[in-house]
Amino acid sequence: MAELFDDLYRELILDHYRRPRNHGELPDAPIRVEGVNPVCGDEIHLDLKVADGAIADIGFWGHGCSISQSSASMLTERLKGRPLDEAGRVTKKVRAMLIDGELPDSELGDLEALEGVARLPVRVKCALLCWNVLEQGLAEAATTA
Amino acid sequence: MLDIERLREDFPILHQRVNGHRLVYLDSAATTQKPRAVIDALVNYYETSNANIHRGIHTLAQRATEQYEDTRAKVARFIGASNPEDVVFTRNTTESINLVAHSWGDRFIGEGDEIVISQMEHHSNIVPWQLLAARAGAAVRFASLTPDGHLDVDSLRALIGPRTKLVSLMHMSNVLGTINPVAEFAEMAHRAGALFLLDAAQSVPHLPFDVRATGADFVAFSAHKMLGPTGVGVLWAREGLLEEMDPFMGGGDMIATVREEASTWAEVPHKFEAGTPNIADVIALGAAIEYLEALGMDEVRRHEVALTAYAMDTLERIPGLAIHGPRDPEERGGVVSFEVPGVHPHDMATIADGHGVAIRAGHHCAQLLMRQLRVPATSRASFSVYNGEDDIAPLVEAIEHARKVFA
Repeated sequence: MAELFDDLYRELILDHYRRPRNHGELPDAPIRVEGVNPVCGDEIHLDLKVADGAIADIGFWGHGCSISQSSASMLTERLKGRPLDEAGRVTKKVRAMLIDGELPDSELGDLEALEGVARLPVRVKCALLCWNVLEQGLAEAATTA
Repeated sequence: MLDIERLREDFPILHQRVNGHRLVYLDSAATTQKPRAVIDALVNYYETSNANIHRGIHTLAQRATEQYEDTRAKVARFIGASNPEDVVFTRNTTESINLVAHSWGDRFIGEGDEIVISQMEHHSNIVPWQLLAARAGAAVRFASLTPDGHLDVDSLRALIGPRTKLVSLMHMSNVLGTINPVAEFAEMAHRAGALFLLDAAQSVPHLPFDVRATGADFVAFSAHKMLGPTGVGVLWAREGLLEEMDPFMGGGDMIATVREEASTWAEVPHKFEAGTPNIADVIALGAAIEYLEALGMDEVRRHEVALTAYAMDTLERIPGLAIHGPRDPEERGGVVSFEVPGVHPHDMATIADGHGVAIRAGHHCAQLLMRQLRVPATSRASFSVYNGEDDIAPLVEAIEHARKVFA
C-alpha cells in the first residue's frame, strides 16, 4: 500500500509544485477563467492568449495542494503554443486517465505522472480542477473566434 | 483514569488495518466511532421492538414508544435539564438551529433587529441566521477573535445592544478547540433582553455539561459526535419557549386535530417532531448516553485534557510546526489544528492516510475563521475516549514523512 502513496507524489509532480512553470498573470490576456473547488478551497486562474487557432500564451496562478498546482503547471507546459484542437484532445485524455482509469496515452507526455492520482478517488478533483478551468477557456475562445 | 486498552475493545471498527497500518482514528470532531453497545441497541431494536410510535395500540408499538421517550428522559438527565418535554429530536445540530431560525426567528425577529454571532462559528450557526435576516430584514453581526484564538469579549459586548434579539455562539470551537465562557455571554445577551442559543455540538460529547450553568435559552447538539448514531440531533429549549414557537414542519404526529379550515398542534415537544422520527437511532443514542455516563464525563474530560496536552507538546517539537488556538489545554477541547510548513493540508491528510492515520484537512465548515487565520485550510487531529498517547507517534511519523516528501 505504501507504493500507492509514493506513486502519487512522483518527483515530477513535486518538481512542478516547487517550481511551477508559466506561473503568474498574463497582462492583457483576453481570456481569463478561474475555478474553485468549494470542498477544499483550491483555486486556479488561467489566463489565455489565442491566435491562429492555437494557444499563443498561457499563465496560471492560484493556491492549493500539490496535486492541484502541479497539474496546472504541467497543463501550461504541455499546451503552450499548441493548437486548440490538440488542447481539447489532451483534456479528454487526461479525464479518461483520471476518471476512467485508462492507461496514459502517449500524447499526454509528462502528464502521465498524474496517473497515480486516479487510484485515490478523493484527490482526482484536485488534479481535474485546472482542466475544468481550461475547458471554460476553450469554450470562450470558440465563441470569440 | 480511563483504561484505554480495555475501552478500545468496545469499538469494533478500531480493530482493523488501514493501508497496512493499525487504524489511528483522529477525526472524532467530525464524527465519533460507535461502541458495541450502540450498534447492539440498533440491531436489538430492529430484531425485537420495531414499530411506529405514539399511536400504536399493540405491544411492539408500546415498547418502541417507551424506548423512544425513555431516551428523551436520558438526554434531559445527561445535560442537566429538568423537563424531558423541553427536548426535541431533530436530524442533527444543523436542523436544530434551523428549527429555531424558523419557528422562533420567523415569529420574533423583525425588520432592523440584529442577530449576534462570531467569526468562530461553524457554517451551521451562520447560514441559518443569514437566511432568517434576509427573510426578516434583520442583520447578522459578527464578534471578532483575539490573536490567540479566543472570542473577543469586548467586541461581543460592543455588538450586543437594544436591537439584539438573539446571540448565538458555539461552546467549543471545532477548529481551534477553544472553550468559550458561555455563561458570561448568556448574561450579556440577557441583560440586553436577547435570547442566547448555544451550539454545543463539540462540548456535550466531551465535558460535563449542565444546561442551567450555561444560561442558554436554546442548546443544539448531535448524537453522532457523542458515540451515538448519525441522523439524530437534539434541540433543548428553556421551559415555555417551545410553546411560544410556531411548528417547524407540518404533518403527522405534530397535530392535535386536523380540519379543513385549520389544524391545531400537538403538545410540545411533539409539535416539532412531524412524521415518523428516526426511532431506531434515537433509541441507540440512549445507549451512547449510558456508555458515556458509565465512563463518567469528568473522567472523559480529564483524559482528553491530558491527551491534548501530550499531543501539543509532542507536535510542537517538530521544527516549524504551528498549532492554532489557545496554548493552555485546560482552555480547550481535544481538537488540534496545525500547519506543517511547505505541506498543504490535503497532502498532509493523504500522507497520514498512508500511515493508517485518519485526520481531517480543509476549512472545517468555518470559512470565516479560516480567513481570520489567513490560511485556506488546516490539518486537524481530534480526539475521543478511545484515543491514547500511542496514537500520537503514528501522527508524528506521518508528519515527518510529509516533511521529507516536500523538503
